[in-house]
Amino acid sequence: MSNIVGDPQGHTENEAGTVGDTAAGVDPWVLLRRFTAARVGLGRAGDSVPTGRLLEFEIAHAQARDAVHTAVDFTAIRAGLTGLDTLEVRSAAPDRATYLRHPDLGRRLDPHCDTLPAPTPHNPHNPDEPVGGRFDVVFVIADGLSARAVHEHAAPMLLAVLPRLPDWRIAPVVLATQARVALGDEIGQRLRADLVVMLIGERPGLSAADSLGIYLTAHPKTGRRDHERNCISNIHPPSGLHYHRAADTLTHLMTQARHHGITGTTLKDDLPTLPQTSLTQTSLPRT
Amino acid sequence: MPYEDDEVTRLIVDGHDAVAFAPVAHLTVGGLRDWLLSYEATSEVLAAVSPGLTPEMVAAVSKLMRNQDLIQVGRKCRVVTRFRNTIGLPGRLSVRLQPNHPTDDPRGVAASIVDGLLFGCGDAVIGINPATDSIPAAIELLKLIDDVRGRYDIPTQSCVLTHVTNTLAAIERGAPVDLAFQSIAGTEAANRSFGIDLGLLGEANEATRSLRRGTVGENVMYFETGQGSALSAGAHHGVDQQTLEVRAYAVARAFDPLLVNTVVGFIGPEYLYDGKQIIRAGLEDHFCGKLLGIPMGCDVCYTNHAEADQDDMDNLLTLLGVAGCTFVMGIPGSDDIMLNYQSTSFHDALYVRSVLGLAPAPEFEAWLDRMDLLDERRRVRELAPGGAQLAKFVGALELT
Repeated sequence: MSNIVGDPQGHTENEAGTVGDTAAGVDPWVLLRRFTAARVGLGRAGDSVPTGRLLEFEIAHAQARDAVHTAVDFTAIRAGLTGLDTLEVRSAAPDRATYLRHPDLGRRLDPHCDTLPAPTPHNPHNPDEPVGGRFDVVFVIADGLSARAVHEHAAPMLLAVLPRLPDWRIAPVVLATQARVALGDEIGQRLRADLVVMLIGERPGLSAADSLGIYLTAHPKTGRRDHERNCISNIHPPSGLHYHRAADTLTHLMTQARHHGITGTTLKDDLPTLPQTSLTQTSLPRT
Repeated sequence: MPYEDDEVTRLIVDGHDAVAFAPVAHLTVGGLRDWLLSYEATSEVLAAVSPGLTPEMVAAVSKLMRNQDLIQVGRKCRVVTRFRNTIGLPGRLSVRLQPNHPTDDPRGVAASIVDGLLFGCGDAVIGINPATDSIPAAIELLKLIDDVRGRYDIPTQSCVLTHVTNTLAAIERGAPVDLAFQSIAGTEAANRSFGIDLGLLGEANEATRSLRRGTVGENVMYFETGQGSALSAGAHHGVDQQTLEVRAYAVARAFDPLLVNTVVGFIGPEYLYDGKQIIRAGLEDHFCGKLLGIPMGCDVCYTNHAEADQDDMDNLLTLLGVAGCTFVMGIPGSDDIMLNYQSTSFHDALYVRSVLGLAPAPEFEAWLDRMDLLDERRRVRELAPGGAQLAKFVGALELT
């Protein structure tokens, strides 16, 4: 097992090799790892994992745990967003421990929030209709479950997409702490935006603790359901989706959302094949 | 949940077997615990009473039971199912080989399948969670597993864990469907949030059976459950997550499944906060499922925002092995690179089978022998990285 080498995460960009003619004397796992970041061919120590692989796993787990528990630092992110107006908000979850146990609190704004306009009265003719019209879109950068994803990818991701939106009325960027995806609904509603685009740290896995997700919701208001959103996930270059690719997809979805006035599964059905776009990779929420 | 409003309640009430219930009808919940633990309650007696038990009774008694009680009674319950092999026999522990890949790359999936087979995993099912909802993509994956299974002539079954309506569409398009998969929950409203009802599950069961692809049996359904799904869907009616979980097992047993597993730590700490809670829930789910007569396995798992680690998983895996759990998951190095969580690994399967003296399904064990993958002490051989046997095994994939 000593000749099993190589980073299980660092080979996805490689050109595929031929394994069919694998000869004795060659470790086929070196070739097979080109096709997957999965921890294949780890070797054995009896029934168990060899020490080197065990320690790699434990480092990855510690990094993923750190990504969950690290407090987001918006100072650095603001510096990366030179020239853009920003607002800061918090959810109703006062700290990380409460946030993890009570997702519902992460979906509501802190009741003392004074950085956003007060809720606008609903349209008297149709109380269920949110009052938009002030901005075409508000971008929200939210810590979610990985502050590291936000630190590393949120600013460059936003800067990649903004130049593609020359004729959009864009609200100040909202920086949200202890936030879940649905917090964007209340933010968008209070700012009277027609569309909310949330950049949020995804649940960290061992092989990607810095994965950023983007959620689009048209006509945001509290109570929107997940099937009313579109999602682009796994943004974490160099191994995950790259900024420009995600920005292409996002711009396309935003344009469609503005044209049709909707987001969610019904919008997705009208779209050509898009990279890494799926609302339902799993039946259970990832952020 | 009133009978009039919830079809799961109707299923439980209408399907209740009063004759089977008679021997325990006079007992309190505490009395039922004593009776379950008694020598009188043998495997045969428990199996006979099972149709007379409702999920609410079983959930209630589990709350009075300590972990050792859950293990003792779970171990007495035997549920045997069959498709291309025989799952759930005493002294056996099966493994679902879970070769997920974030983009469903066929070579990447195949690499994980081969890795798992070389560890003696895959006798429960080779089951992929697809990265998308695409029906053509699901069909491609079904063909891929079917091809690997055919090349190595493996007595096991395949599954792509896509929505049951996608599986029905794949069947219509002639895809090689062995098992129909679906996530299920314990209330009608929660099932509706999954896009299913009992009628649809019945339809999937019939359609999959009609393909007659099983060789030793025709259990064709594969269900997953997990405490908390009804609350996530806003469909819990104020009932606790464990009782609702056991109601999902009543849904499962109506369709004679080959496999059912709880995904015990998957959602996160809002339902099961730490290792202690995950371990408790895993033992509860296994006991409750087995007592209700379903082939209960467990995805022994955790997410990185839960207070749990590999030591907790080792504990639960060992306890479930002792409890006679039907199957566990096998994932390369415990790291699911598509679903971003940690489950049990191929190495874990070697470990738990080894320390508890458990073997794979008999047909699958015979296949391991034919492939010369077992040594004289019935241990899975370690194939040298540069050796001829590994080269031959991998070469058969013809990956280019």
